[in-house]
Amino acid sequence: MKFSVSDTPIDVAAARQAVADRSCGALVVFEGWIRDHNEGQEVERLEYEVYRPVAVKEGERIIDEAVERFGVSNALCIHREGLLELGEVAVLVCVSSPHRGEAFDACRYIIDQAKTRLPIWKKEHYVSGVSEWVNCEHCAAAGHAHGETPHD
Amino acid sequence: MKVRVRYFALFREQTGCSAEAVEWPGGTAAELFQQMAAKHAGLTAEAAALVAVNDEMASWESTLSDGDEVLFFPPVAGG
Repeated sequence: MKFSVSDTPIDVAAARQAVADRSCGALVVFEGWIRDHNEGQEVERLEYEVYRPVAVKEGERIIDEAVERFGVSNALCIHREGLLELGEVAVLVCVSSPHRGEAFDACRYIIDQAKTRLPIWKKEHYVSGVSEWVNCEHCAAAGHAHGETPHD
Repeated sequence: MKVRVRYFALFREQTGCSAEAVEWPGGTAAELFQQMAAKHAGLTAEAAALVAVNDEMASWESTLSDGDEVLFFPPVAGG
């Protein structure tokens, strides 16, 4: 499966292996990590809610679009679900292709689209004891629309 | 007509329920949301909210059919 949701830690080495291809000279990997701060708040842990039936279908669609648009050879994306601790990999994108240019472009496309189109929600639990659903609408398009780059 | 409505994440917390059966005269997904917002005081429309019908992403302007399952997604924040 090109897009999948995991409730256990993502095996990055296995994912790299899954896009290994002797006709490819480039592998681009993006890991989204759980960061210890967001918008001035100290983050303790994070919780992802995923509606799998639509997320998987739409995620596969995004990867198909990337392959078609940029002509890369192999691409996959894995997103975590449930409670995550600081430093964990929340999302992983791996793209392999004969040359690096299209692999970078396709990887960027997949993560940007995933952030705006998939039914995935993030609740941040702060050190202060407060928790809040994160609204990513303003940061998703550009990847860093405002000072603190919320969730790259 | 009868539809089933499901709420996720923030919307689930705002309505205090994850799903309900709704009997209504019919219309678009946007109209159904407005009606549900009138019923649940906490439910707030968000510009970036998304809607899916029967597990397929849909437009807020799509007309609903009897028996549809309508999924209201608050602004998403994957990654």
